[in-house]
Amino acid sequence: MWEYTDKVKELYTNPKNVGEIPDADVVVEVGSIVCGDALTLYLKLDGDIIVDAKFKTFGCGSAIASSSALTEMIKGKTIEEAAMITNKDIVDFLGGLPEQKMHCSVMGQEALEKAIKKIKGETIEDEHEDEGAVICQCFGVTENVIRRVIRENNLTTVEDVTNYTKAGGACGSCIPKIEDILKEELASVVAQPAAATMKPMSNIKRMQLVEETIHNVIRPVLMRDGGDIDLVDIEGKKVYVALRGHCAQCVVSDVTMKNLVEDTLKEFVENDIEVIEVK
Amino acid sequence: MNNRIVYMDYNATTPLHPLVKEFMVRELDTYANASSMHELGRQARSAIEDARAKVGMLIGEDSATNTLIFTSGGSESNNTVFATMFHIGRNNKRNKIITTAIEHPCVLNAAKWLEAEGFPVHFLSVDAYGKIDFNELESVLDDSTLLVSVMTANNEIGTIQDIARVVELAKAKGALVHTDATQAAGKIPVNVKALGVDYATLSCHKIYGPKGIGALYIKKGSPIEPLIRGGHQEYGYRAGTYNNLGILGFGEAARLAKENLQTYQSKMSALRNKLRDGIEQKVPLIHINGHRTDVLPNTLNVSFPGAEGESILLYLDLAGIEVSTGSACASGSLDPSHVLLATGLGPELAHGSIRFSLGMYNTEDDVDYVLNELPPIIERLRSMSTVKAEDIAQTLQGVK
Repeated sequence: MWEYTDKVKELYTNPKNVGEIPDADVVVEVGSIVCGDALTLYLKLDGDIIVDAKFKTFGCGSAIASSSALTEMIKGKTIEEAAMITNKDIVDFLGGLPEQKMHCSVMGQEALEKAIKKIKGETIEDEHEDEGAVICQCFGVTENVIRRVIRENNLTTVEDVTNYTKAGGACGSCIPKIEDILKEELASVVAQPAAATMKPMSNIKRMQLVEETIHNVIRPVLMRDGGDIDLVDIEGKKVYVALRGHCAQCVVSDVTMKNLVEDTLKEFVENDIEVIEVK
Repeated sequence: MNNRIVYMDYNATTPLHPLVKEFMVRELDTYANASSMHELGRQARSAIEDARAKVGMLIGEDSATNTLIFTSGGSESNNTVFATMFHIGRNNKRNKIITTAIEHPCVLNAAKWLEAEGFPVHFLSVDAYGKIDFNELESVLDDSTLLVSVMTANNEIGTIQDIARVVELAKAKGALVHTDATQAAGKIPVNVKALGVDYATLSCHKIYGPKGIGALYIKKGSPIEPLIRGGHQEYGYRAGTYNNLGILGFGEAARLAKENLQTYQSKMSALRNKLRDGIEQKVPLIHINGHRTDVLPNTLNVSFPGAEGESILLYLDLAGIEVSTGSACASGSLDPSHVLLATGLGPELAHGSIRFSLGMYNTEDDVDYVLNELPPIIERLRSMSTVKAEDIAQTLQGVK
C-alpha cells in the first residue's frame, strides 16, 4: 500500500473548485468511467486569462487531489502560462504522488492540454492524428502521450510508463510496443550528446557515455530476461563488464556480449569500443 | 474529528480473540522443540497435538492425527496442493485441473503456473451471484481430470458454493477435490468428512487467531508431496521446526470458533442484514453483489455507481470506518476486482464497490453509525462525479 502526502489528503478531503461553470467558455472531458477515472474540466476566460476553473471527477483520492491542484494552479494564468504546466508541476504542488498514481497527474495535464487546443481553435478532428497511434487499446493511450511522458519524467521502464499513463496495465498486449518506444526514447537521449561531439572524445566524456548507455539502454534489455550487468572498469576504449543473474550462466552469453553490449556501445559511444567480459 | 473506529474488514484479517491472546500469553514459555525426545519436548509435542485435534474438530475431522498438517497459512496450504498435482500429473495422462475464476490469487496463480507447465487448466465461470455452473463443471469433467479446486466461500462477495455436489461430480470421474475453506471455516459449518473432499485449506488469522499459521487437511490415503522438504515434522509432509505459539493459538481460536459458531452466525447475519437493509433504504441507486442467501453471514458487498471505490474508502476512513474495495485504484493494479468482473459486473459498477465484512466486535450501534456516515459520503462523491444520475440508473437497469 501507499501513503498519501498531507497535501493530497487535504485536497481530497476538501477539494477546491468542484462543480460546473454554467457559462464556461471551454468544457473538456478526459478518461472514462470504464477505465476507473474520468475528469471534466470547465474554464472561464477573460481575453486570454483563465478567470475561473472548475472540475468534476470520477476517480480515486489522488484524482480528486490532482484535479483540485490543477484548477488552483491555472486560475489567473494566461493561456500561454498555463500551457507550460506539466504533470510534474501538479505532482510537485501535491508534495508528491505514489508511483502507482502518477497517471492521475497525467490525466490533469491531458485535460488542460485538450482545453488549450480547443481555445486555440485547433479542431478536435485532428486530435487523433495529432496524438499518434493508439498504443494501449485498453486505456486508449496514444503513442505521443507515452513519448511525452517518458521525456518529461525521465522514465526508464515499462512499469514507470504504466504508472504514469496506465498503458500496459490491463491485458499487457501492448508491452512490447511500449518497450520499443522506450528503447527509441532512451536511445535518442543518449545519442544526442554522442552525435554532438564529433571531435575526439575525452576519457571522462567516454566514461560518462559508457555508463549512461549501459544504464539506460543495455541494462533494461537484460533485466527483461532476468539478467543484469555491472560495469567493472574502463581502460581507454576497452570496457570491462560482468554479466549477472540469468545472463551469467547463459550459454549464449558470448553472443549477448557481442551483439548487445558491444554493438550498443559502438552505436552510442564510439565505433571502436571493445567489450571484455570479466567472469 | 472524532476518534471512533469501526472496523468492518474482518475478511481481510481479525484481531486476536481475548481468550486466544490470554491462552497464547500462558503458552509463551512453551519453547521446547516438539521434535525433542526429552520431557520438555514431549510436553510441547502434546500441546501441539491438542491444538491439531481442536483444529480438526472445527472442520469435522475428529481424528486429525495424520490428516491435518500445520503450514504458514492459506497460501502455503493451497500451494502445497498444486505442487502435489505437479508431481502427480507431469508424467500422467490424468493431468487436467479445474478451478474457478473467482478463487483467491494464491489458487489462481498456482493454477496458472501449472498451465504454464503444460497442464490443461479450466477456470469455471460463475453467474451473477458468484455461483459456479454445474452444467459447465460436468461438461469439462472427464477421465483425464486430476483435480477440481473450488473455494467453499468467496472472500470478496461471500458467496458459498455447493461443495458436496462438486465432490459428487468429481468423484464420479475419479478426480481429486480441494476446497479453499479459508473464509468459510469459523463462519459457517464446514465438515470435510461429510463433504468427502481430499484437501481443505484453513487459515488461522481469519478466525481471531495469530497470523503466519494455517493448516491443510489431507484425507487419509489422498496423495501429498511436501512443498517444503527437510525434517520429518508433520509426517514428512511439511518440514520446519514447529511454530509452537502459532499452532497453540490456532488450536484455541479453532476451539472458540466451533463453540461460538451458532451465536456468531445469528449475530452476524442480523447485523449484516440491518446494514444491507439500511443501505438499500438510505442510499439510492446501489447494487448488492453476491448471493442473497448462500452467502457468508458477515459479508456484504455493495456497488455505489458514480462514486469510485478508493474515494469512498478514504472518506469512510476519515470517519473511522475501515472497509475494503474491489476498485482497481485501491489495489495498485488497474483492473477492478477479478471476482466482481467474473460475476459479469461492468467496470462502472466494479470500480465503485465496497466490501463490509463484519466481526465479533461490531454492534448495532456500529451499524447505525455507518448508516449515518455513509449516505452523505456517497452523495458528496456523486455530486462531484462526472457520472450523471440518469446514467447510473441506466447502468443499474442493465444488471437487475
